[in-house]
Amino acid sequence: MPFIPHTENEITQMLETIGVDSIDDLFDEIPAHLRAGVLQAVPHSMNEMEVSRLMKQRADQNSSAICFLGAGAYEHHIPSAVWEITTRGEYYSAYTPYQAEASQGTLQLTYEYQSMMTALTAMDVSNASMYDGASSLAEAILMAVRANRKSRSRKILIPTSVNPSYRKAAHTIVNGQQVELIDVPYDSASGTVTLEQIKQQTEAHGGDITAMVLQQPNFFGCLEEVDAITDWAHDNNILVIAVINPLVMSVLNPPGKWGREDNAGADIACGDGQPLGAPMSAGGPYYGLLCCKQSLVRQIPGRIVGRTIDLDGKEGFVLTLQAREQHIRRSKATSNICTNQGLVVTASTIYMAIQGAQGLENTAAACHANNNSLVEKLIAIDGVKKAFSAPQFHETVLQLEQQPAAEVLKALMEKGILGGYNLSQDYPELGEAILVCTTEMRTEEEIDQYADAMRDVLSSGATVASLAESA
Amino acid sequence: MLIFEHSSEGRRGAPQAPAEKAPLTAIPEKLLREGSAALPEVSELQAVRHYTRLSQKNFSIDTQFYPLGSCTMKYNPRACNSLAMLPGFLNAHPLTPDAQNQGFLACMHDLQSMLCEATGMAAFSLAPMAGAQGEFAGVAMIEAYHRSRGDDARKEILVPDAAHGTNPATAVMCGFTVKEIATLDNGDVDIDALKQAVGPHTAGLMLTNPSTLGVFERNIEAIAKVIHEAGGLLYYDGANLNAILGKIRPGDMGFDVIHSNLHKTFSTPHGGGGPGSGAVGVAERLRPFLPLPVVTEEDDSYRYLTAKDCPQSIGRLSAFMGNPGVLLRAYIYMRLLGREGMVRVAEFATLNANYMMAEAKRRGFTLAINDRRASHEFIITLKNEARDYHVSAMDFAKRLLDLGYHAPTTYFPLLVPECLLIEPTESEAKEALDGFMDALEQIKHEAETNPELLHAAPQTLPVKRLDEVRAAKQLDLAFKKQ
Ligand SMILES: Cc1ncc(COP(=O)(O)O)c(C=O)c1O
Repeated sequence: MPFIPHTENEITQMLETIGVDSIDDLFDEIPAHLRAGVLQAVPHSMNEMEVSRLMKQRADQNSSAICFLGAGAYEHHIPSAVWEITTRGEYYSAYTPYQAEASQGTLQLTYEYQSMMTALTAMDVSNASMYDGASSLAEAILMAVRANRKSRSRKILIPTSVNPSYRKAAHTIVNGQQVELIDVPYDSASGTVTLEQIKQQTEAHGGDITAMVLQQPNFFGCLEEVDAITDWAHDNNILVIAVINPLVMSVLNPPGKWGREDNAGADIACGDGQPLGAPMSAGGPYYGLLCCKQSLVRQIPGRIVGRTIDLDGKEGFVLTLQAREQHIRRSKATSNICTNQGLVVTASTIYMAIQGAQGLENTAAACHANNNSLVEKLIAIDGVKKAFSAPQFHETVLQLEQQPAAEVLKALMEKGILGGYNLSQDYPELGEAILVCTTEMRTEEEIDQYADAMRDVLSSGATVASLAESA
Repeated sequence: MLIFEHSSEGRRGAPQAPAEKAPLTAIPEKLLREGSAALPEVSELQAVRHYTRLSQKNFSIDTQFYPLGSCTMKYNPRACNSLAMLPGFLNAHPLTPDAQNQGFLACMHDLQSMLCEATGMAAFSLAPMAGAQGEFAGVAMIEAYHRSRGDDARKEILVPDAAHGTNPATAVMCGFTVKEIATLDNGDVDIDALKQAVGPHTAGLMLTNPSTLGVFERNIEAIAKVIHEAGGLLYYDGANLNAILGKIRPGDMGFDVIHSNLHKTFSTPHGGGGPGSGAVGVAERLRPFLPLPVVTEEDDSYRYLTAKDCPQSIGRLSAFMGNPGVLLRAYIYMRLLGREGMVRVAEFATLNANYMMAEAKRRGFTLAINDRRASHEFIITLKNEARDYHVSAMDFAKRLLDLGYHAPTTYFPLLVPECLLIEPTESEAKEALDGFMDALEQIKHEAETNPELLHAAPQTLPVKRLDEVRAAKQLDLAFKKQ
């Protein structure tokens, strides 16, 4: 019996102790007419050898194309040590560290994670994780609504240069709480949001805005004018919620430093921790990072670890400020979150420790350099041009002037290249456009391979159409 | 010692990153970072040693019996981990076109079908990333359902007073007010109180069955009738599905919407706090509202349904597809179990819990609920010990740690004073259960003769009892270099 250790003899003894004749008797409080029959649609049991065969077949069915796709999930090198240590049973099969003395490993590691994440973002406080970047943004918005007591409007500005999936998830999650999410259009020349547009939307919505969201780099890979916007927001009692890529913060001005020095920093920073040691894995598990200023610490949702001392005065770690959480506050909690993404945070902490700041910086810089190289080669091809003028990090929007993006991407796929994200659904105004991404994983040869493939595809329109048909 | 304290300026974990820092061309100075982030500077070996040694300060299922009630700490089969981490899965970008992602989508489609069958629901979405997010999705669907019918006055969600904290917190997140319904001494919901509470303002009832008190709700049909006749919907918190898997299905009990904690019933690891999965299942009338993405099969291939296919969906809950790595582990586990194995899960989880409950009674402990079958868990109340010897459930818990057992859940459900909620799971052998009961009996004896031993526990762990008040007052949430 899979994973059940009982011998016949033991079963008999146990039933005797209980005082029943059969295991079935233990279910006699369940109304008989409601009892389930055989679960026909569940296949019969397989042994590990058979399941291994099945899963290998399924895994091999997935594509092994060279990845130039980002749009919120990035293929980075992960040192072997990261997941080897992370999947040790002591981390893997432990529960939430409610029994602190028996969970010092997870607790100290989480404290170290909080320390690393605050160092990277230059924020005061980090929690122990949310589910992912998108849900973390939603929670950041709810947190801002609770925290900004000077504003009554519950109105949040979100530039359309913020990841569309994040905006959608945020919408789902804040929907029940009378929070209004207001789009701010990006500037079609720069690919970033301008202060003019922000001011315009603020005025159009009555002037009282609770918070605004700013993604750096934004969904298009463009770098926003974070300083000027943060200053203006703070001058107008608007809290700033930064959405960041934490790896990129090793080289870019981090959210805790945005704006003037006397009033420095985004108030809340969120984002997806995936670039720091989590494999792409078809979408997860990743984790949501969530940081804030010290003054907002009682409004942050999720678990937080604090350093303290034991009876002997020895250093130790515990879950703290639990009065914010659902298991204490129930309907008055800051959020309903309970289980978070602890194991991925474990991986991320080990990743950051092994890489150090220098490793992260070199990785980020290599992503950027590779992207520059790719973009240079692609825009040299007839019919490909850069969509935006703002400085870019490791992603770039390219417009295809002659052929539909969907068909180009399909034809590239036939050549073993995952060529980017098709923007036409979310941003029809861009025409036929794709978002390309390059990480440190891409070699010069692979970049050339992409450029050659793109040249082939674009120069043979007929081939594209026929490929599309045959696929 | 913190990893930061192993740090030495200039030391690096090469060769894990490009050796040189490429120039950051075309980025204006003011957008660049000034100075490096204060991360530790250690060698790879130092990091590996530090985190290996830290891991050894944890209790875990792989190292200890971990009878944490409501959490289903069963064995997490290693095959589930290694097969979910095959390169074909790990290297899949979430936005890979469906045609190139068929292997993964096939697993997800099978998983949806198996969950439907195991729970008696019509359709499933795997999008929610934990139980609480499953609850959110479920209650948001209830809201969307009433709204779609123009039934706008339904603003209240009912929860039993024994409910987990996520239930009321979720209802509030979805814009509802919450009303608690009392539980009777025998563990069943007070159905008269329920009848009093329902009305045209009732959106639904969130119920865990078996309840958090470790007993099966015998009046479930009557409860479903009360709620449905009032025009409300019935929500199933699947945290305790392990107790009834293959024995009785939530759909057959009358539930309209459920979540299943795959990190409990389907054995994906708890990972020191997560990640989990709170897959949601619905009856036919709620199908249009399921959160996205959902996987469908058409002409022998699989694809994600989009907002175009499902205009009434409550929408997405994450940037991509919830927690696929968790979903794969649950899928592999379910294939290993098969239909035969699933029923055995409930049978042996229940056998173990009832055996321990009988042993607890025999050894003189007071049960929270008498003369009932245990589900897959049961509750001891230490209120007499607390009164007579001034020892608390927390003291018992800490002393258990000294004896090499993870403590059961303490102080939940909130209704039962000084409680231990004990859930052994099916994967534990009789000798583990006996060993634990011996330890508990020993502690009871110690409480009577030498309560100091309990107050001072634990003594054998890396730290003694920690000062939680200080932690909350003198906040130290991140290391800062002096
Ligand atoms: C009864 C009950 N409901 C809901 C939850 C919440 O589930 P999760 O932690 O996965 O969000 C739990 C988890 O502890 C639970 O025990």
